[in-house]
Amino acid sequence: MKTTYNSRKYVVITIFLVVGFIFIARLFFLQIIDNSYVLSANKNALRFVTNYPARGLIYDRNNKLLVYNEAVYDLMVVPRQVKTFDTTELCNLVGITKEDLIFKLQKAREYSPYAASIFEKQISKENYGYLQEKLYKYNGFYVQSRTLRKYPLSIAGHALGYIGEVGNEVTDSYYKPGDYIGMSGLEKYYEPILRGKKGSKILMVDVFNREKGSFHNGIYDTVAIAGEALHSTLDADIQAYGELLMKNKIGSIVAIEPSSGEILSMVSSPTYDPNLLVGRVRGVNYNLLLKDPSKPLFDRALMAVYPPGSIFKIIQSLIALEEGVITERSAFPCDKSLLGCHNHPNATDLKSAIKMSCNPYFYQVFRRVIQHGLANDRFQDSELGLNLWNDKALSFGLGQRLNVDIPNLKKGRIPDALYYDKIYGHRGWAFSTIYSLSIGQGEMGIIPLQMANIAAIFANRGYYYTPHFVKSIGNNKTINPEFLKKNLTKVSDKYFQVVADAMYEVVNEPGGTASQARIDSIIVCGKTGTAQNPHGEDHSIFIAFAPRVNPKIAIAVYIENAGFGGVWAAPIASLIIEKYLTKRIKRKDLEERMLNAKLSSKH
Amino acid sequence: MREQKGILGNIDWVMVGMYTMLVFMGWLNIYSAVYNENHKSILDFSQSYGKQLIWIASSALLAVFIMAIDPKFFSQFAFGIYGFFLFMLLVVLVSGKTTYGSKSWFEIGGFGLQPSEFAKFATNLALAKFLSSNDIHIKEQKTKLYAILILLIPALLILLQNDTGSAIVFVVFILVLYREGLSGNILIFGLIIGVLFVLALLVNQFILSGIVLALALIFIFFIRKNRRGIITISVFLVLTIGFIFVVDYSFNHILQDHQRERINVLLGKEIDLKGAGYNVNQSKIAIGSGGFIGKGFLNGTQTKFNFVPEQSTDFIFCTVGEEWGFIGSLVVVGLMMGLLIRIIFVAERQRSPFSRIYGYGVASILFMHIMVNIGMALGLLPVIGIPLPFFSYGGSSLWSFTILLFIFIKQDSYRLNLL
Repeated sequence: MKTTYNSRKYVVITIFLVVGFIFIARLFFLQIIDNSYVLSANKNALRFVTNYPARGLIYDRNNKLLVYNEAVYDLMVVPRQVKTFDTTELCNLVGITKEDLIFKLQKAREYSPYAASIFEKQISKENYGYLQEKLYKYNGFYVQSRTLRKYPLSIAGHALGYIGEVGNEVTDSYYKPGDYIGMSGLEKYYEPILRGKKGSKILMVDVFNREKGSFHNGIYDTVAIAGEALHSTLDADIQAYGELLMKNKIGSIVAIEPSSGEILSMVSSPTYDPNLLVGRVRGVNYNLLLKDPSKPLFDRALMAVYPPGSIFKIIQSLIALEEGVITERSAFPCDKSLLGCHNHPNATDLKSAIKMSCNPYFYQVFRRVIQHGLANDRFQDSELGLNLWNDKALSFGLGQRLNVDIPNLKKGRIPDALYYDKIYGHRGWAFSTIYSLSIGQGEMGIIPLQMANIAAIFANRGYYYTPHFVKSIGNNKTINPEFLKKNLTKVSDKYFQVVADAMYEVVNEPGGTASQARIDSIIVCGKTGTAQNPHGEDHSIFIAFAPRVNPKIAIAVYIENAGFGGVWAAPIASLIIEKYLTKRIKRKDLEERMLNAKLSSKH
Repeated sequence: MREQKGILGNIDWVMVGMYTMLVFMGWLNIYSAVYNENHKSILDFSQSYGKQLIWIASSALLAVFIMAIDPKFFSQFAFGIYGFFLFMLLVVLVSGKTTYGSKSWFEIGGFGLQPSEFAKFATNLALAKFLSSNDIHIKEQKTKLYAILILLIPALLILLQNDTGSAIVFVVFILVLYREGLSGNILIFGLIIGVLFVLALLVNQFILSGIVLALALIFIFFIRKNRRGIITISVFLVLTIGFIFVVDYSFNHILQDHQRERINVLLGKEIDLKGAGYNVNQSKIAIGSGGFIGKGFLNGTQTKFNFVPEQSTDFIFCTVGEEWGFIGSLVVVGLMMGLLIRIIFVAERQRSPFSRIYGYGVASILFMHIMVNIGMALGLLPVIGIPLPFFSYGGSSLWSFTILLFIFIKQDSYRLNLL
């Protein structure tokens, strides 16, 4: 009887096997079909840590360090991994209030519960020491070391620029929120070189988020590659000296080495200590600087479009000579009914006109340039004349954005016929409408960098190299070939000498407008300018190059509302020239007077 | 001399070999699961893997001891052993130690002992003894009642310890009863109950009742001439709808919160990966990330860094899945299934009903543990903390499974000596 149940073993075995097969099917699904578990496991146990490379250093032309890095530490949080912890202790360690803590955690959670976000930025080395000891207690928190920019000489803020956290407008996937990126100046222009290459490291962490060594002995890890150093063309000495001289003055100094186009100094005043825009104090300082009515963040050397005033007469001279409407012997009386002028003898030739900066003389010169006699109608004649003039003026690097290795510089404006057509209608204007251009006033605008470049063109007697800030990158001695290219003007070389001679006389001969720029040991050639402006007193302007033979420096000094060009801009330019060429200042009295002058409150 | 030689020669070395392999694999996986950098030696007795070695060695001694005992001892003293362990279950209720909410441990010199583990083989002995008695016929109501009592008493005592998992294991004896002649309907009935249970939890009870009612009406329509059939179906209908409501009520009002959560997690009604669902989710991650060939011995990140709780005991299968992959899991599941089937075949070759019934009991108990434990690790069954036979860390379970199996091996080795 009982043996009849013998076959029931097959039922029992079948039940066993069904369960066995369900297990195997399930295992097949979990382990082979569904890949998501691998990802989840990695999310659990692996932490992807970014190794931030050191940002490239920046040196001046004599290998003086302008920018270096200092280590700080960011406290990171992965909200999903956070477990209950001693909030009071963490608040004390980091130096925040409990409300801050709750707010920061909430913000991190909103960004992503799984990805790390910055909980507290830029913790100092000292606090980091305490924090690191206690960190094991805080699941989901870890520290990432970062670097901050430091500026040992506190100079050249505008040229160097600053770095800041990437914003939403940056679409490059290289950057993650919280990363730093160059926001202005060289930091921005050379960002791809300075930033280096981020590395990454895969760490294993246990369930308590404790580090447990590197994953697979680090075969997937990549090393961070430090950013390359920039060897800039700036000369720290005259940069610092320029900033000092421009204290309490509003304006700009740009100095260029004519034989290379290297920018030796770029001062925009008022300036600021670049160290102010670094680290945790950055936000507050940035807002203070932004609100300052004298606009210290505004880089006047590159962004301020000024009327050039009388310095433009040297270009007018060249264009007129080139067009053959005057010769160097041309003489025009100082007829103040045409244009106001100061009292001086009548100019008997071009050189003396430049030396004395005679306004009516250049009225006549410019009239000849514009009213060429190319057409009988004077309106049409002016249109043709202006366009010829414009073409030549542009070749001096004006009215166009120079291809300088720095972001955000203005074009300036050299008007052409079309420009006036828009205002007055076609043929609605003639020389009589635009004669202010003759003395560098009216609708034209030039940035100080372009003015310095004009000085360089005269130093070179007819060409310029695109001004630039960087001599070489890293150990690589080559620079952008653009910067090695001679840019010729559309005026023959032969006409330059006479104007350069006149610039010599401006400084060195009796009756010249810039006698205060004279230096015993160095022959300075220059041209003053005094630009009228609707906002107050005239701007004081001076451009120069020195020495006369084989010039080493070309400079433009522009001081807002300071009055006559020969009185302020010329002496300051000469001090910088003296400093650069002789390394010391002999004219102590002059230096004293310039340093103490407060010209910024005149308006 | 002659007799002893006979014993050794008649030992089923296939079962012994499978047992040994499983125990050894279990040990390696425990080593991996609780691996401690500071105590790298697998023989370090301050660590679980060192301790497990002590349990393994003592289990081997136990096995040898069982093989040396007169085989009649276990059948003769079956009820005595059963009684003793029932007594121990009572004692532990009074003076036991509470761990993880269950009062089921005796603590003896740093080692814990769990009487409920031993109650399984004791019950198996008693059931085998009872059913193999000469005047017993399973079809009789009285026999069924006594058999169920033998199972129910230890199960209830264990339930009182708040160790639901171990108590549930006793359900599996249905398989033994079925083999011994209980109607096959019991299995079908069990299946229907199971399906209804899950449906009752997943579907609103009124909708489910409506569906059952509609099905019943269709049946009645087809057999409308058969009055008895209609009555039977009606009775079933009432019972089924009653069951649905009872399940719903007990689920919401009788089950404890953590049990309800575990079932909800399993049914996908509750997704709380940090709370109740954490274990299962981490277990699935560990196993799933093992891939085809696994991450290698001691290289499982989830295992090594303790992402799965209870990994050396209840979730030991995660280690297999993560470090040995699909291949390793297949080997382990295959070995376990192989052992079960071997036990069934060996049970069927017994001349004595006691040995056969006992053998079925062994296979059933092992089967229940394997199904629940691996099923839980794979996220197929709710989290019920019972050990994986021969694998999980722990002395009581290894001892009790060893005793359970070796009594059978002993009985088997004597099968030819019986007439």
